[in-house]
Amino acid sequence: MTTLAVGALSVRYGAVEAVRGLSLEVKPGEIVGLIGPNGAGKSSTLHAIMGAAPVTGGEVRLDGRSLVGRKPEDVARRGIALVPEGRRIFGELSVEENLRLGLAARRRGGNGGGLKRAYELFPVLREFRSRQAGVLSGGQQQQLAIARALAADPDILLLDEPSLGLAPKVVDVVFEALTQIRDSGLGVLLVEQRAQRTVALADRSHVLANGELRLTLGPEDAGDTDRLVAAYLA
Amino acid sequence: MTIAFLNLTWPTFANGVAEGGVYALMAVGIGLVFGVLRLVNFAYGQLIMAGAFALAYGSQWGFPNWAAILFCFGVVLGLSVLMDWLVFRPLRTHSPAVMLVATFAVAFLLQNIALLAFGPLGKSAGALAVLNAPWDVGGVFIKKIAVISFATAVGCLAILQLLLTRTPLGLHMRAAAMDFRTARLLGVRANRVISGAVIVSGVFAAVAAVMLSVTELTVTPAFGTQDTILVLAGVVLGGLNRPIPATLGGFAIGFANGILGGVLPSNQSQYLPSFLFAAVIVVLLVRPNGLFARGGGAVERV
Repeated sequence: MTTLAVGALSVRYGAVEAVRGLSLEVKPGEIVGLIGPNGAGKSSTLHAIMGAAPVTGGEVRLDGRSLVGRKPEDVARRGIALVPEGRRIFGELSVEENLRLGLAARRRGGNGGGLKRAYELFPVLREFRSRQAGVLSGGQQQQLAIARALAADPDILLLDEPSLGLAPKVVDVVFEALTQIRDSGLGVLLVEQRAQRTVALADRSHVLANGELRLTLGPEDAGDTDRLVAAYLA
Repeated sequence: MTIAFLNLTWPTFANGVAEGGVYALMAVGIGLVFGVLRLVNFAYGQLIMAGAFALAYGSQWGFPNWAAILFCFGVVLGLSVLMDWLVFRPLRTHSPAVMLVATFAVAFLLQNIALLAFGPLGKSAGALAVLNAPWDVGGVFIKKIAVISFATAVGCLAILQLLLTRTPLGLHMRAAAMDFRTARLLGVRANRVISGAVIVSGVFAAVAAVMLSVTELTVTPAFGTQDTILVLAGVVLGGLNRPIPATLGGFAIGFANGILGGVLPSNQSQYLPSFLFAAVIVVLLVRPNGLFARGGGAVERV
């Protein structure tokens, strides 16, 4: 089983320092939340892990091996899958083609069970598998984006605001799926705007502001609205 | 037997269809590279020119036809891969304007190398010229090359369609053309996809070189240049990023060029390109997204 370790990570876009000295760890079978206001550096952190944002300092390691400087496709092939913000499904391709694209990151010697498990987790996708992905509802598209990330059997799953723009009922489906994914042994790093729900779900949640780690909360803090608000305003 | 329109005859019609087929191949060749690199390769015509010279020299050196054709494919593919490694890849992360100017530079460089090496007068296209002889199809005489060009173009496009829809590489190429960044995040290897597009594009250029050198008879350093500009107009007309509209756009402009070239009196045929470009401008004014584009992008749903 595989651990993702981020140490003293800094990300800079030109003059803007998006992430400053962030450290966190994601172990197998746990959900780590990353919350904070817009522009706090949450998405930048995920992109830096994937090799799609400029890392100016610190380390990203998967089981001790550095990922800094690797291309996104190489990071994906080492077992880290990203569910990008806005889902980024290929609307003109069929549902099944979208899932087969997820297989691009499949590792040598993989048993290919990822696709089957993705269909088990989201049965609606099997039903619609020959439809154009663009005609699915927003919630179904989000399920597709998660299933696509799982198709290659990753060890670590990164999610960038999976609940964005979804109806509350659909958010329940997505969060329930995340629980099942964690229970199957994956490490999950969840970037979210829905702070309270994330804190309640995750094994621990880091609050980010201005690119820096401000606070780490456990599920027991989910009811403590004052502390959450204070963390956001700090 | 004639078609009762201007002085359009069945052989002229057949030539138009054949030219449409070859132009469609070129359009798809240009469109595939554009899809993955967002780069309009203006040096595509010079790839065709190099292939045509290879074919002509192969014939002159006494190669059997199959070997001359193979030599042509080798030269075009070699040059395509070289162009990819020396120009496209190093400039991939630069702005589209930089890449565009770079392909212009490559086009002029290759054309001038050909001018220095082979002279301005050009070479006779060689042994394949016998394919200009006609076949008697029910009393209508149609050039063999017209039938062969069209059949080859259809065959190539059908194989490409299978590649794109039935293989992982094809799926990756389509995804990369739609959203390269997301495709890479999913593990699609950028270099493999680009190589795939460049190689298929090169194969189509080589096929076009063989077909065009039969109909044009002489190979000069300017060979393929005007065809490429017309094809680019056709591709823009159809829609650059999608194989089927690009095919139709290329076919339309090739067909129009072939038909008008046959129908117009020969003392007026020098106006033909101007007329075609004027028509392209009019079409783009009326349909800015291209003649065959479907309306509207994907609507974001909640």
